[in-house]
Amino acid sequence: MSLHVTTQGDVVIIAVDGQLIVGNRQELKQQVLDRVEAGARKVVVDFAGAGYIDSSGLGVLVSLAKRLRELGGDLRLANLNEDLLTLFELTKLDSLFRIAASRDQAVEGF
Amino acid sequence: MSASAALEFRVPSDLGRIEGIVAQVVHRCREHAFGGRQLALNVPVALTEALANAMLRGNGEDGRKEVRVRAEVSAARLVVEVEDEGAGFDLEACTVDPTTPERLEREQGRGLFLMRSLMDEVACVRGAGTIVRLTLHRR
Repeated sequence: MSLHVTTQGDVVIIAVDGQLIVGNRQELKQQVLDRVEAGARKVVVDFAGAGYIDSSGLGVLVSLAKRLRELGGDLRLANLNEDLLTLFELTKLDSLFRIAASRDQAVEGF
Repeated sequence: MSASAALEFRVPSDLGRIEGIVAQVVHRCREHAFGGRQLALNVPVALTEALANAMLRGNGEDGRKEVRVRAEVSAARLVVEVEDEGAGFDLEACTVDPTTPERLEREQGRGLFLMRSLMDEVACVRGAGTIVRLTLHRR
Protein backbone atom coordinates (compact mmCIF):
# COMPACT_ATOMS: atom_id res chain seq x y z
CA MET A 1 0.00 0.00 0.00
CA SER A 2 1.10 3.54 -0.61
CA LEU A 3 -0.46 6.79 0.56
CA HIS A 4 -0.56 10.06 -1.34
CA VAL A 5 -1.35 13.07 0.82
CA THR A 6 -2.60 16.38 -0.58
CA THR A 7 -4.59 19.31 0.79
CA GLN A 8 -7.49 21.22 -0.67
CA GLY A 9 -8.15 24.31 1.45
CA ASP A 10 -8.31 23.07 5.03
CA VAL A 11 -9.14 19.49 4.00
CA VAL A 12 -6.44 16.85 4.06
CA ILE A 13 -6.93 14.20 1.38
CA ILE A 14 -5.24 10.86 1.72
CA ALA A 15 -5.38 8.60 -1.33
CA VAL A 16 -4.91 4.91 -0.57
CA ASP A 17 -3.27 2.85 -3.28
CA GLY A 18 -3.44 -0.91 -2.73
CA GLN A 19 -4.76 -2.95 0.17
CA LEU A 20 -5.51 -1.45 3.58
CA ILE A 21 -4.90 -4.42 5.84
CA VAL A 22 -3.45 -5.61 9.11
CA GLY A 23 0.16 -5.38 7.94
CA ASN A 24 0.07 -1.71 6.92
CA ARG A 25 -2.86 -0.04 8.68
CA GLN A 26 -0.53 1.77 11.09
CA GLU A 27 0.90 3.76 8.17
CA LEU A 28 -2.49 5.32 7.50
CA LYS A 29 -3.14 5.84 11.20
CA GLN A 30 0.18 7.62 11.67
CA GLN A 31 -0.28 9.79 8.58
CA VAL A 32 -3.66 11.01 9.81
CA LEU A 33 -2.57 11.45 13.43
CA ASP A 34 0.45 13.48 12.31
CA ARG A 35 -1.88 15.79 10.38
CA VAL A 36 -4.27 16.02 13.31
CA GLU A 37 -1.36 16.87 15.57
CA ALA A 38 -0.50 19.68 13.15
CA GLY A 39 -4.05 21.02 13.41
CA ALA A 40 -6.01 19.26 10.66
CA ARG A 41 -9.64 18.49 11.52
CA LYS A 42 -11.11 17.63 8.13
CA VAL A 43 -9.82 14.49 6.46
CA VAL A 44 -10.95 12.64 3.35
CA VAL A 45 -9.68 9.14 2.63
CA ASP A 46 -9.89 8.48 -1.10
CA PHE A 47 -10.18 4.81 -2.08
CA ALA A 48 -10.16 5.27 -5.86
CA GLY A 49 -6.91 3.32 -6.11
CA ALA A 50 -7.56 0.91 -3.26
CA GLY A 51 -7.97 -2.84 -3.37
CA TYR A 52 -9.53 -4.63 -0.44
CA ILE A 53 -9.81 -3.62 3.21
CA ASP A 54 -9.76 -6.06 6.11
CA SER A 55 -11.15 -5.73 9.63
CA SER A 56 -7.96 -4.02 10.85
CA GLY A 57 -8.22 -1.45 8.10
CA LEU A 58 -11.87 -0.83 8.95
CA GLY A 59 -10.92 -0.55 12.62
CA VAL A 60 -8.34 2.13 11.92
CA LEU A 61 -10.89 4.18 9.97
CA VAL A 62 -13.35 3.88 12.86
CA SER A 63 -10.71 4.89 15.38
CA LEU A 64 -9.56 7.90 13.34
CA ALA A 65 -13.10 9.11 12.70
CA LYS A 66 -13.84 8.89 16.41
CA ARG A 67 -10.72 10.90 17.25
CA LEU A 68 -11.49 13.60 14.71
CA ARG A 69 -15.10 13.89 15.85
CA GLU A 70 -13.94 14.32 19.44
CA LEU A 71 -11.93 17.30 18.18
CA GLY A 72 -14.86 18.77 16.28
CA GLY A 73 -13.76 17.49 12.89
CA ASP A 74 -14.57 14.48 10.76
CA LEU A 75 -13.09 11.79 8.56
CA ARG A 76 -15.00 11.09 5.38
CA LEU A 77 -14.60 8.51 2.66
CA ALA A 78 -14.66 8.83 -1.12
CA ASN A 79 -14.64 6.59 -4.17
CA LEU A 80 -15.53 3.27 -2.54
CA ASN A 81 -16.18 0.75 -5.30
CA GLU A 82 -19.16 -1.62 -5.14
CA ASP A 83 -17.20 -4.35 -3.38
CA LEU A 84 -15.92 -1.98 -0.72
CA LEU A 85 -19.39 -0.50 -0.30
CA THR A 86 -20.66 -4.01 0.32
CA LEU A 87 -18.05 -4.41 3.02
CA PHE A 88 -19.20 -1.22 4.73
CA GLU A 89 -22.83 -2.28 4.44
CA LEU A 90 -22.10 -5.73 5.82
CA THR A 91 -20.46 -4.23 8.89
CA LYS A 92 -23.00 -1.37 9.04
CA LEU A 93 -20.12 1.07 8.94
CA ASP A 94 -21.92 2.82 6.11
CA SER A 95 -24.04 4.30 8.90
CA LEU A 96 -20.98 5.61 10.73
CA PHE A 97 -19.23 7.37 7.86
CA ARG A 98 -20.18 9.96 5.30
CA ILE A 99 -19.36 8.26 2.02
CA ALA A 100 -19.06 10.42 -1.09
CA ALA A 101 -19.08 9.28 -4.68
CA SER A 102 -16.06 11.44 -5.50
CA ARG A 103 -13.22 13.26 -3.82
CA ASP A 104 -14.67 16.64 -4.80
CA GLN A 105 -18.05 15.77 -3.31
CA ALA A 106 -16.38 14.71 -0.07
CA VAL A 107 -14.43 17.95 0.14
CA GLU A 108 -17.41 20.12 -0.77
CA GLY A 109 -19.51 18.34 1.86
CA PHE A 110 -17.45 19.74 4.71
CA MET B 1 -11.26 -26.93 -15.36
CA SER B 2 -10.54 -29.71 -12.88
CA ALA B 3 -8.89 -29.15 -9.52
CA SER B 4 -5.25 -28.12 -9.85
CA ALA B 5 -2.48 -29.04 -7.45
CA ALA B 6 -3.03 -27.57 -4.01
CA LEU B 7 -1.17 -24.40 -3.10
CA GLU B 8 0.86 -24.87 0.06
CA PHE B 9 2.72 -22.31 2.15
CA ARG B 10 4.62 -22.50 5.40
CA VAL B 11 5.54 -19.06 6.74
CA PRO B 12 6.64 -17.45 10.01
CA SER B 13 4.13 -15.31 11.90
CA ASP B 14 4.96 -12.19 9.90
CA LEU B 15 2.03 -10.00 8.88
CA GLY B 16 4.02 -8.85 5.88
CA ARG B 17 3.66 -12.31 4.37
CA ILE B 18 -0.13 -12.20 4.23
CA GLU B 19 -0.63 -10.16 1.07
CA GLY B 20 1.56 -12.40 -1.08
CA ILE B 21 -0.22 -15.58 0.01
CA VAL B 22 -3.61 -13.99 -0.58
CA ALA B 23 -2.56 -12.84 -4.05
CA GLN B 24 -1.56 -16.38 -5.06
CA VAL B 25 -4.79 -17.92 -3.80
CA VAL B 26 -6.86 -15.23 -5.55
CA HIS B 27 -4.89 -15.84 -8.75
CA ARG B 28 -5.67 -19.55 -8.57
CA CYS B 29 -9.37 -18.78 -8.02
CA ARG B 30 -9.29 -16.46 -11.03
CA GLU B 31 -7.94 -19.30 -13.16
CA HIS B 32 -11.02 -21.29 -12.12
CA ALA B 33 -13.33 -18.42 -13.12
CA PHE B 34 -14.57 -17.43 -9.70
CA GLY B 35 -16.85 -14.39 -9.73
CA GLY B 36 -15.56 -10.84 -9.64
CA ARG B 37 -16.85 -10.09 -6.18
CA GLN B 38 -15.45 -13.33 -4.85
CA LEU B 39 -12.03 -12.39 -6.26
CA ALA B 40 -12.12 -8.79 -5.06
CA LEU B 41 -13.85 -9.21 -1.72
CA ASN B 42 -14.79 -12.63 -0.36
CA VAL B 43 -11.53 -14.51 -0.89
CA PRO B 44 -8.97 -11.81 -0.08
CA VAL B 45 -10.73 -10.40 2.96
CA ALA B 46 -11.69 -13.73 4.55
CA LEU B 47 -8.26 -15.25 3.94
CA THR B 48 -6.51 -12.14 5.28
CA GLU B 49 -8.62 -12.44 8.43
CA ALA B 50 -7.78 -16.13 8.85
CA LEU B 51 -4.05 -15.51 8.38
CA ALA B 52 -4.00 -12.52 10.73
CA ASN B 53 -5.94 -14.47 13.32
CA ALA B 54 -3.47 -17.36 13.09
CA MET B 55 -0.42 -15.09 13.41
CA LEU B 56 -1.69 -12.67 16.03
CA ARG B 57 -3.90 -14.84 18.23
CA GLY B 58 -3.04 -18.45 17.44
CA ASN B 59 0.71 -17.88 17.45
CA GLY B 60 0.64 -14.87 19.76
CA GLU B 61 2.72 -12.75 17.34
CA ASP B 62 5.66 -15.08 17.98
CA GLY B 63 7.79 -14.90 14.83
CA ARG B 64 9.32 -18.30 15.62
CA LYS B 65 5.94 -19.96 15.28
CA GLU B 66 4.72 -20.88 11.82
CA VAL B 67 1.49 -20.75 9.90
CA ARG B 68 0.71 -23.38 7.31
CA VAL B 69 -1.71 -22.77 4.47
CA ARG B 70 -3.16 -25.30 2.06
CA ALA B 71 -5.57 -24.11 -0.63
CA GLU B 72 -7.42 -26.44 -2.98
CA VAL B 73 -9.27 -24.77 -5.81
CA SER B 74 -11.56 -26.38 -8.34
CA ALA B 75 -14.32 -25.24 -10.67
CA ALA B 76 -16.71 -25.99 -7.82
CA ARG B 77 -15.10 -24.49 -4.76
CA LEU B 78 -12.19 -23.11 -2.80
CA VAL B 79 -11.19 -24.92 0.37
CA VAL B 80 -8.36 -23.28 2.26
CA GLU B 81 -6.93 -24.41 5.57
CA VAL B 82 -4.90 -22.10 7.79
CA GLU B 83 -3.08 -23.85 10.60
CA ASP B 84 -1.32 -22.18 13.52
CA GLU B 85 0.48 -23.54 16.56
CA GLY B 86 -2.09 -22.31 19.05
CA ALA B 87 -4.36 -24.14 21.45
CA GLY B 88 -7.52 -23.39 19.48
CA PHE B 89 -10.61 -21.35 20.15
CA ASP B 90 -14.36 -21.70 20.16
CA LEU B 91 -15.48 -20.20 16.86
CA GLU B 92 -19.06 -19.72 18.01
CA ALA B 93 -18.14 -18.15 21.33
CA CYS B 94 -15.53 -15.85 19.81
CA THR B 95 -17.70 -14.52 16.98
CA VAL B 96 -19.52 -11.38 18.04
CA ASP B 97 -21.90 -9.23 16.07
CA PRO B 98 -19.96 -5.99 15.51
CA THR B 99 -22.97 -4.25 13.99
CA THR B 100 -24.86 -3.65 17.23
CA PRO B 101 -25.01 0.00 18.35
CA GLU B 102 -22.75 -0.63 21.36
CA ARG B 103 -20.09 -2.35 19.25
CA LEU B 104 -20.27 -0.34 16.03
CA GLU B 105 -17.61 2.19 17.04
CA ARG B 106 -15.14 -0.35 18.37
CA GLU B 107 -11.83 -0.60 16.57
CA GLN B 108 -11.61 -4.38 16.85
CA GLY B 109 -13.89 -7.40 16.76
CA ARG B 110 -14.88 -7.67 13.10
CA GLY B 111 -12.45 -10.35 11.92
CA LEU B 112 -14.35 -13.57 12.62
CA PHE B 113 -17.62 -11.91 11.69
CA LEU B 114 -16.23 -10.98 8.27
CA MET B 115 -14.68 -14.40 7.75
CA ARG B 116 -18.00 -16.08 8.41
CA SER B 117 -20.02 -13.54 6.44
CA LEU B 118 -17.85 -13.83 3.34
CA MET B 119 -17.37 -17.61 3.24
CA ASP B 120 -19.99 -20.34 2.78
CA GLU B 121 -18.50 -22.40 5.60
CA VAL B 122 -15.96 -21.73 8.32
CA ALA B 123 -14.83 -24.54 10.61
CA CYS B 124 -12.26 -24.71 13.35
CA VAL B 125 -10.68 -28.12 13.91
CA ARG B 126 -7.70 -29.48 15.80
CA GLY B 127 -4.66 -30.78 13.96
CA ALA B 128 -1.09 -30.49 15.21
CA GLY B 129 -2.24 -26.96 16.07
CA THR B 130 -5.50 -25.23 15.22
CA ILE B 131 -6.87 -25.37 11.69
CA VAL B 132 -9.38 -22.85 10.39
CA ARG B 133 -11.00 -24.22 7.24
CA LEU B 134 -12.69 -21.80 4.86
CA THR B 135 -14.95 -23.01 2.07
CA LEU B 136 -16.38 -20.89 -0.74
CA HIS B 137 -18.44 -22.27 -3.62
CA ARG B 138 -17.73 -20.72 -7.01
CA ARG B 139 -20.45 -18.54 -8.44
